[in-house]
Amino acid sequence: MAANALEFRTCPITGKKVYATTQNLIWINAVTSVVFLLVGGLAALLVLLTRWPAVHLLSADLFYRILTLHPIAALVAWIIFFEVAGLYFGCSVLLNSRIAAPKVAWLAYFLMLIGAAIVAVQILIGNADVMFTSYIPLQASPLYYLGVILFAVGALTACGIFFGTLAIAKAEKTYEGSLPLVTFGLSAAAIIAVFTLASGAIIYIPTFLWSIGIIKNIDPAMYRLIFWAFGHSSQQINVTAMVSVWYLLAVLTVGAKPVNEKICRSAFVLYILFINMASEHHLLTDPTLSPAHKIANTSYFIYMAALASMIHALAIPMTVEVAQRKKGYTKGAFEWLTKAPWGEPGFPALILSLLIFGFIGGITGIVNGTEQLSIKSHNTWAMTGHFHGTVVGGTTLAFMGLTYYVIPLIFRRELIGKKLATLQPYIYGIGLIIFTLSMIASGTLGVPRRHWDITFADSIIPFSFDPTAILFVTLTALGGLLAIIGGAIFVGVAVLSVFFGRKMAPSEAKLL
Amino acid sequence: MAITSPETYWWKPADKEERLWITIAIVWCLILFTMMPLWHIVGGQNPSLEPLKIRPTDYQKVSDAFIEKYKIGEEAGIPVVKPPDGADVYLRGQMWNWIPILELKKGVNYKFHISSVDLMHGFSLMPLVMNFQIVPGQDNILNLTPTSSGTFHIICNEFCGINHHTMVGKIIVKD
Ligand code: HEM
Ligand SMILES: [Cu+2]
Ligand SMILES: [Cu+2]
Repeated sequence: MAANALEFRTCPITGKKVYATTQNLIWINAVTSVVFLLVGGLAALLVLLTRWPAVHLLSADLFYRILTLHPIAALVAWIIFFEVAGLYFGCSVLLNSRIAAPKVAWLAYFLMLIGAAIVAVQILIGNADVMFTSYIPLQASPLYYLGVILFAVGALTACGIFFGTLAIAKAEKTYEGSLPLVTFGLSAAAIIAVFTLASGAIIYIPTFLWSIGIIKNIDPAMYRLIFWAFGHSSQQINVTAMVSVWYLLAVLTVGAKPVNEKICRSAFVLYILFINMASEHHLLTDPTLSPAHKIANTSYFIYMAALASMIHALAIPMTVEVAQRKKGYTKGAFEWLTKAPWGEPGFPALILSLLIFGFIGGITGIVNGTEQLSIKSHNTWAMTGHFHGTVVGGTTLAFMGLTYYVIPLIFRRELIGKKLATLQPYIYGIGLIIFTLSMIASGTLGVPRRHWDITFADSIIPFSFDPTAILFVTLTALGGLLAIIGGAIFVGVAVLSVFFGRKMAPSEAKLL
Repeated sequence: MAITSPETYWWKPADKEERLWITIAIVWCLILFTMMPLWHIVGGQNPSLEPLKIRPTDYQKVSDAFIEKYKIGEEAGIPVVKPPDGADVYLRGQMWNWIPILELKKGVNYKFHISSVDLMHGFSLMPLVMNFQIVPGQDNILNLTPTSSGTFHIICNEFCGINHHTMVGKIIVKD
């Protein structure tokens, strides 16, 4: 923490300057993110075992409580702490620059940590059984909203550090020409983050004031609209950061070089321009907006963002193929793929993340985001399956893959359990494929999300699902358990390596 | 590499494969883009077309009056209501019931007004799996024509408090 702001080492693998202040900041944010992933994963286990009718573990009140905690720990804390670490890496390490205002960066960290801790504690002591969406008129304690606000202010400050560092790097000419593509992508993510956090402020500050009685009324329909301007856009930060990580993993695993920088960069610009617009697809079945409004927002604009994803979907496999062919893997159409480094964790993490994100998360996203089809999936497990495809199969898996390289590169520790680390993306990925597909199938049959008892044992009007639906719920549970095992291996390998891995010598140029 | 600045001038034209792929993607996007408006003309199922605000207290009054007027009985303490053909139908979500139980006629069009008098609820018509967000203060107006007879259930798929999972309603459609 007290490192000299100008002290740096030169990375023996990439030749980049790694400043000690940056390294510490990346370390603390990344380690914190993994701790929250552990919390989120434990919550996932409890929720999963309750939704599985054969086990039905938790009581109703505990279930809803833990179901509020799970996305706060996983979606908010794990993902955003990791992204902050990623932002610092992208602006400082990749640009050979010292980081702007390291003390402020530490302040940002503590704001986020205290915010997340307050939120988690409020949920656990039963002051916020409101789901992470906290739809008005459900009300949590004022501290809950305050925690969210602190966290968001911290995250916004971290974005400021990122932009400040870009400015320093430019002024001090630590790099020549344009930004590296990964940094460019992360800049897109940071710009989206600024919009997003502004919407967050617009909704959480009045809600906080409402919870302490200063504001009397907030319109529930308006709340949903602005909440999703924040909630959906945050997912787009994750998409943009994930795509940047894909390019990074392609470099680390096969030394790939973007084939056409113009195309990749233009696709990131499309994200900035259009992706936030689609937030209203959360309101397709709400009686709040007119059809014209919905069509413009969720059809016209979202497809411009989908186009960007389609472009990356071509560009990334293409960079890998070109890099592999340069190495001489030119036999037939697919030698470049069969001779890829499937035996090191980053590559299967990249490919599985790409496939799960695109084919499961992406396709269902486009389907669910269609005005009329949303009627079929709104609030069912088809939605929950969709976003476990994007934010878990896509983003989380990509971040996990990257972690295995950050540990030797930035933290200078050798991985403990390389074999397990290599198996981990396969276990997690396959578990998630079973989990998300079964979840989507259950949802298509009507299985609701956020529901303690789909046997309706305590209802005055009896109702029961047909056995096929229950079968798919059971498959969801089994796939989920496999994914949780994969998640546990990740946390185990990461924590052990960071704290007990062999310290690498300054000149040691071994990646894995 | 993606972690270093591009070595050369990078504003280069896309090559043939890239252009082909992007063209296909754009065409596909345009097809999807036309589907949503088009379905309003050719399709049979669309979400509410006329957003309308209504105060929960006012909604409570109209829906109580509706129940009183057309009530034909009671089941498990919940009124059973049989509205005349083509009537405006009020279906109220409240913690933790869908009120009333409705008896409808096959092939007749009804104008549904679904709303909530407390929290958000999720209208989920089973086994058809048709879902709508029910928001207090907003009238979700849907034109529904039952096309088959039988018993349908409405479950709640938006979290609405501790007994959310017990919230079940019923619609009976007769020939
Ligand atoms: C392998 C690990 C995971 C499993 C088995 C799992 C399982 C589940 C289950 C069973 C639900 C509850 C569904 C319901 O009752 O409606 C859920 C909800 C959710 N999960 Fe996960 N999850 C995992 C990882 C994650 C991660 C890493 C994230 C975020 C990055 C995440 C984000 C969410 C969100 C946002 C919800 C929605 C909660 C709500 O409806 O309010 N999950 N998850
Ligand atoms: Cu309800
Ligand atoms: Cu409910």
